[in-house]
Amino acid sequence: MSAPALTIREASQLLRAGDLSSAELTRAILERIHRLDPRIRAYLRVVPEEALAQAEAADAHLARWRREEGDPPPRLLGIPLAIKDILCTKGIPTTCGSRILENFVPPYDATAVERLKAQGAIILGKTNTDEFAMGSSTENSAYFTTRNPWDLSRVPGGSSGGSAAAVAADMALGALGSDTGGSVRQPAGLCGVVGLKPTYGRVSRWGLVAFASSLDQIGPIAKDVRDCAILLQAIAGHDPRDSTSVDAPVPDYLAALEGGVRGLRVGVPKEYFVEGVQAGVADAVRAALRVLEDLGATLVEVSLPHTEYALPAYYLIAPAEASANLARYDGVKYGLSVRESADVWDMIRQTRGRGFGPEVKRRIMLGTYALSAGYYDAYYLRAQKTRTLIRQDFDRAFQQVDVLACPVSPTVAFPIGERAEDPLQMYLSDVFTLACSLAGVCGISVPCGFADGLPVGLQIIGNVFDEPTVLRVAYAYEQATDWHTRKPKLDEEV
Amino acid sequence: MEYEAIIGMEVHAQLLTRSKMFCACAADYAAAPPNTRVCPVCLGMPGTLPVINRRAVEFVVMTGLALHCRIADHSRFARKNYHYPDLPKGYQISQYELPLCSDGYLEIEVDGRVKRIGIERVHLEEDTAKLIHTGEHSLIDANRAGVPLMEIVSAPDLRTGEEARQYLTRLRTILRYLGVSSGNMEEGSMRCEVNISLRPAGTDVRGTKVEVKNLNSFRSVKQAIEYETERQRRLLESGERVVQVTMGWDEARGRTVLQRVKESADDYRYFPEPDLPPLELSREWVERIRASLPELPEARRERFVRDYGLSAYDAGVLTADRDVADFFEAVAGLGGDAKGAANWITGEIFRLMNARGLEMSQMPIRPAQLCELMGLIREGVITTTIAKDVLGYMVDTGDSPGAIVQQRGLAQVRDAAALEAVARQVIADNPDAVAQYLAGKEQVLKFLVGQMMRATKGQANPTLAAEILKALLAQGR
Repeated sequence: MSAPALTIREASQLLRAGDLSSAELTRAILERIHRLDPRIRAYLRVVPEEALAQAEAADAHLARWRREEGDPPPRLLGIPLAIKDILCTKGIPTTCGSRILENFVPPYDATAVERLKAQGAIILGKTNTDEFAMGSSTENSAYFTTRNPWDLSRVPGGSSGGSAAAVAADMALGALGSDTGGSVRQPAGLCGVVGLKPTYGRVSRWGLVAFASSLDQIGPIAKDVRDCAILLQAIAGHDPRDSTSVDAPVPDYLAALEGGVRGLRVGVPKEYFVEGVQAGVADAVRAALRVLEDLGATLVEVSLPHTEYALPAYYLIAPAEASANLARYDGVKYGLSVRESADVWDMIRQTRGRGFGPEVKRRIMLGTYALSAGYYDAYYLRAQKTRTLIRQDFDRAFQQVDVLACPVSPTVAFPIGERAEDPLQMYLSDVFTLACSLAGVCGISVPCGFADGLPVGLQIIGNVFDEPTVLRVAYAYEQATDWHTRKPKLDEEV
Repeated sequence: MEYEAIIGMEVHAQLLTRSKMFCACAADYAAAPPNTRVCPVCLGMPGTLPVINRRAVEFVVMTGLALHCRIADHSRFARKNYHYPDLPKGYQISQYELPLCSDGYLEIEVDGRVKRIGIERVHLEEDTAKLIHTGEHSLIDANRAGVPLMEIVSAPDLRTGEEARQYLTRLRTILRYLGVSSGNMEEGSMRCEVNISLRPAGTDVRGTKVEVKNLNSFRSVKQAIEYETERQRRLLESGERVVQVTMGWDEARGRTVLQRVKESADDYRYFPEPDLPPLELSREWVERIRASLPELPEARRERFVRDYGLSAYDAGVLTADRDVADFFEAVAGLGGDAKGAANWITGEIFRLMNARGLEMSQMPIRPAQLCELMGLIREGVITTTIAKDVLGYMVDTGDSPGAIVQQRGLAQVRDAAALEAVARQVIADNPDAVAQYLAGKEQVLKFLVGQMMRATKGQANPTLAAEILKALLAQGR
């Protein structure tokens, strides 16, 4: 097998054994990016020199360890990863897929990035995203649309579509994305890789450019569940710079993988198996449920009665927060600044007018409206109350079951352009991931088959801070199937 | 028709915390070059997050307790949304629903009677950056951005400029006693806005509110209120309408000027700050703060009357400024005569402070030095008149009174021979007075002693001078 196709665990073992150097691995991946990415366009920016320099440093570290032994080196030492361009990377431009931050170079790393680097991981570059993570296809990126490695005429999902496509196409061993309403799980599902949205508060948001602060979480995207656990282990934990990060011990996620599902109760929420789900998707997910049952889990039908209100509640709360979060892009301090303007107000207007794309403007307007005097109670406040009801749905469900299992998205990857002009259709592609985000619980997407030759994702949702159980169920399923080993046929086309 | 003014005040006070409200930058920016007390958080850079300054919360709770407020069990920060180049994030982290403190009061004195001014709320927020307009350019200094700012909102219980001035003075005294703010209006560490409306006296009609800003001193608050009250009265009396506007106080011209017409209420689209968890204030923590509060001006005034036998007036004057009260108590504690010290402080020391434009904290006089000065008078080394001069030199040089008396040769002349020579000269120069004295008008002696004091530039010991004069005049009888 070629080096780029390795999992993190496999590569780590080879690196430790000295059978592969990080520089070789990194060069092989950079070469692959160079060859494939002009067609896939997962990366907004690749930083080969920095990556190779980091790889050489990692090799030196590994060589020293092999000489002197001692404690094993960090698992991510020398492992090349991709970072969604909404996470700040010190010295590397961070655009958030927006023109308004085209020239923005953060002087700091996001905590999650810092923690990966502290383990010696290699940063390959920054991956494409819908502008400010607002979208489900990367079509809202101000720069270009990423292609789905399984079918280049289709979207990879979004907003972390660049990260998911990079991992699916072996152009990174793993990646970080961010999930506000499904932006890790949905593209992972659509690209046939594994993506986890941790519990709100599990991973520090410091350095994650805010879209909707009460929903945003950074999550790993990987080739299999074990790699996903390795990445989560590295980035999880309290950070004094983020007051919403929770100061609770981080469990051993790798140890949690073993144990199987025998005796576990898997809830099947009836609201997620309804009309409007593509037949092939429903079939694949139902087949996956049978696999879990065969492995010894008990399937329990449950109800999350407020599911239908998740989408409207989400599209009030997230834009409301976004309308404030994006107010700082005014051309005064950093990023785009339209200076050929009459006065400061004209400058702010023109900077924002030119700097933001249509979906971002739509959400700023939606959010501004929802918070306005006279509308606040009817929209924002009511949405918050709905959110409480949705959270209670999950609380009740988790009194009956250990995890919930359902589709990630109602359809497989859709053709580029199909929904670009219809925001509501686009919003509906996240209809199964929004409630989990609003409730603040954790969820994973694992490959569970194909429909029309395109990957289908199984979503496993767990209670707050119960990533161990989610990973355990996902791992058991993955061990019983081989969907995660399937690769898109990219090399033949070259 | 008689009108009465309904006045409410909003006071913003910067808190004297070491670091800013939501980041680790130093909050003391006054002497710092522009944009040197900044970091990604207070510059509002993408991906940064606020962390609450615990000390700032404590300061607001202290203030709330001193103002008899209810302290919230559960408080929240909120985003106040508006665009302005001095606002790095495009929103200010402030408080809206659930402020830290609410429903308190502050007492002032009107015509000898105590009047309670309600405090609606005390909350915590962050200051903005500072815009510097150079004519051609507008520059931004973000050192001030994120400095903790406490907002104290009064109920509309004030009626006159004088009441407002007194409210503000007492409020500042409390803040200084607590050590939570410097309360310096000229430097902008304490800022104040007033809302004024007029209504026919005795009714509960709601008049149109006018907001007055740009008030940089206690005096301007009083004057602006008086001016604005009069302006509105004239409008109403001539049958015109008061328009809801924001006015600025023009100190130089002594009048309010229109800044902005408010066509509708500002919509700041407040919503709970999602980057900060709600604040839970435990009762134990609040009670610990209450127990650690310093003695407040009111209590201290009563104690000064009780312990030092001062008049209520003197005690009030001394306790109006914590530094002055501390100075007084230090002098008294050193065994100095308390009443004498009070007289010196409220008399000569205040006069020197005014003349030189200094605050107590800037005065170079140490409590021990005032004690020494009073001792020199008591021991007859210098006269009270000379002591006043010595005090002036002390302020100028920082030297001790003993050293000044010695260097300048200011000690009283107690040399009988020297004084006798002066006395003979005075007798010779004032034959009429001498004649009157000899004729039995004994009070003329005071005049003659005065002449001796004058001749010795105040250095003659007045008792000794009188004795010598008497003796010489007795010889002449």
